[in-house]
Amino acid sequence: MSEQITGAQSLIRALETAGVEVAFGIPGGAILPAYDPLFDSRIRHILVRHEQGAGHAAEGYAAATGRVGVCIATSGPGATNLVTPLADALMDSVPLVAVTGQVTSAAIGTDAFQEADTRGITMPITKHNYLVTNPDDIPRTVAEAFHIAATGRPGPVLVDVSKDALQAMTTFHWPDSIDLPGYRPVTRPHSRQVREAARLIVESRRPVLYVGGGVIRARAAAELRVLAELTGIPVVTTLMARGAFPDSHPQHLGMPGMHGTVAAVGALQRSDLLITLGARFDDRVTGKLSTFAPEAKVIHADIDPAEISKNRHADVPIVGDVREVIADLVVALQTEQAAGRVGDYEAWWRQLDGLRATYPLGYVTPDNGELAPQYVVERLGAIAGPDAVYVAGVGQHQMWAAQFIGYERPNSWLNSGGLGTMGYAVPAAMGAKVGRPDATVWAVDGDGCFQMTNQELATCAINDIPIKVAVINNGSLGMVRQWQTLFYNERYSHTDLHSKRIPDFAALAEAYGCVGLRCDKAEDVDATIEQAMAIDDQPVVVDFGVHQDAMVWPMVAAGTSNDDIMVARGMAPDWDRED
Amino acid sequence: MSRHTLSVLVEDQPGVLARIAGLFSRRGFNIESLAVGSTEQSGVSRITIVVNVEGLPLEQVTKQLNKLVNVIKIVELEPAASVQRAILLVKVRADVDTRSQVLETVQMFRAKVVDVAPDAVTIQATGNTDKLESLLTLLEPFGVKELVQSGVVAIGRGSRSITDRALRPAERTA
Repeated sequence: MSEQITGAQSLIRALETAGVEVAFGIPGGAILPAYDPLFDSRIRHILVRHEQGAGHAAEGYAAATGRVGVCIATSGPGATNLVTPLADALMDSVPLVAVTGQVTSAAIGTDAFQEADTRGITMPITKHNYLVTNPDDIPRTVAEAFHIAATGRPGPVLVDVSKDALQAMTTFHWPDSIDLPGYRPVTRPHSRQVREAARLIVESRRPVLYVGGGVIRARAAAELRVLAELTGIPVVTTLMARGAFPDSHPQHLGMPGMHGTVAAVGALQRSDLLITLGARFDDRVTGKLSTFAPEAKVIHADIDPAEISKNRHADVPIVGDVREVIADLVVALQTEQAAGRVGDYEAWWRQLDGLRATYPLGYVTPDNGELAPQYVVERLGAIAGPDAVYVAGVGQHQMWAAQFIGYERPNSWLNSGGLGTMGYAVPAAMGAKVGRPDATVWAVDGDGCFQMTNQELATCAINDIPIKVAVINNGSLGMVRQWQTLFYNERYSHTDLHSKRIPDFAALAEAYGCVGLRCDKAEDVDATIEQAMAIDDQPVVVDFGVHQDAMVWPMVAAGTSNDDIMVARGMAPDWDRED
Repeated sequence: MSRHTLSVLVEDQPGVLARIAGLFSRRGFNIESLAVGSTEQSGVSRITIVVNVEGLPLEQVTKQLNKLVNVIKIVELEPAASVQRAILLVKVRADVDTRSQVLETVQMFRAKVVDVAPDAVTIQATGNTDKLESLLTLLEPFGVKELVQSGVVAIGRGSRSITDRALRPAERTA
């Protein structure tokens, strides 16, 4: 005879059995029964200030550790506040389980207090979701949710549980196995496809390893390095893949895309073979699709079959876990090499080295004596080093952080790539710090982003989560302003936030129980960063007042061809020089 | 022709139809017709979708459908290798002068009159989309007062069943 427990106890036991160590959340009416057994649970629950913070914290935790992040919210507004993080996690393939309370099942559909159709609302922004009204279904559903979130292409799964299911009595049965007839991700690549890929690789003259965030999610960085060094093929890492391949490696050309390096963008455009690993031909990488890498054949390896040939036709499609794909590719290439078939990329490298030498990433120091934002980010990367975890918001500061910080390891760069969620940085940094308490975690945030979610500084201060935040404060919605400069005749419609005046970020930080610092002179940057680095028992916020008109370069304007990349305003690279 | 008939086996779970309809709408796929019903296997429903994939590879539709956790299997049924049927009920104006002509049309299509009124008849017809369209074209001149049509249901010809292997444990593709 099994022990009789409440659905709520069953839910918490299920989360414990699934291996949950940390959950971020806020209680409320419908989820309240679950918070009672949670009080006695070994799960560390971190009470956030806004459910969006819980969702991004769970994302940051997941992205920094590779484990499934967990967030909890109540019905109605609690659940709708999770919408942004869930959509974010779906776009960036972040393994997440969200547990939400729902009104009692008899009240569902009656417009009850704090009722929202959470399953309906989150259907298009989750990998899968559930509504549980029978307490006996709780353990199985939780087990399935974690299985779906973590396997295949990772993603968010939501479990909505009605209040009566939490209150009713049940017994706890953890399933021995998961039986999902419609969910069977293919992880083993097809060997014939791998051999065909190897053949194309040795025959190609201008190959590029086009590396996406899937390589990080699949924990395939070590395998990638073996593949790159075995073949000598140049590597580009997308925004989501920064850190998948060391920036210091001589074969690394940097980031491709709208704000990528000339060498990385140029390599893709001139390539005769893209070896695409866990990347998805996003419009921010391809520019105008019809002119993207026009001479290249495409090998496309991805765990998600729907990504293959979605945007760009794949000549050699490989469905599988990219780590296994790379490992198999290495073996197949060793066979080719043993038979004397080795790719010759010498001329290709001469061309790329020319681009790299002629168009390195750079920036101009403002002539009015104001601080260059790029300099702040560059010094931050140099002082905090490659062992720190960097978490960015969305906008100019994000691009500078992707460009001017050197990444050497996977999971050390966290950002919102697909959805482009302003406000991601502070809560995600909090989650990352909880998951990796021994690492230095720097949120590199903009003044616009910071004001969307900085209430979680209270959560950090109270729960001993000493993150560091560098607010790159240009007083405006900088990336939007940059577009207004370039495409709207410098008409700055509603992009000036006046955040150098209001609020006082350092005082705000102090009010939240954090250390607040300020810096607006180049000569003080190092000392300020070092001062922040020395504080490890409190969160620190540094308000870096920077030049308002700094722009992110290079740039491929939206909707234009990668061939029209500009290295600075009105300056196109001279492609022919290197040929 | 960019019209395809897909048989989609799904777990009989609440919300599964919303998942499929939502997927079609947000990805910009066009549903021409849709029919849902239970199958010979308990817990498994079958959705027949006729999709118009103008300017879009059918492959992308099936791949996205396959990503839905409740979708077990998708099979495209070629018109030549399958039986495809829809049913329609149409109320056509028919008085003493025209009734015989209307009935002649009904007979030509092996349709049935299921209700008669002094000035109208209600006709039931089954068939594939082309046949039903032709019937409607011929009835049009008499005056169509009301029309209701079901979605197409389809089944493959021959002895094999698409549900045969759908519910077995995963087979590893090495």
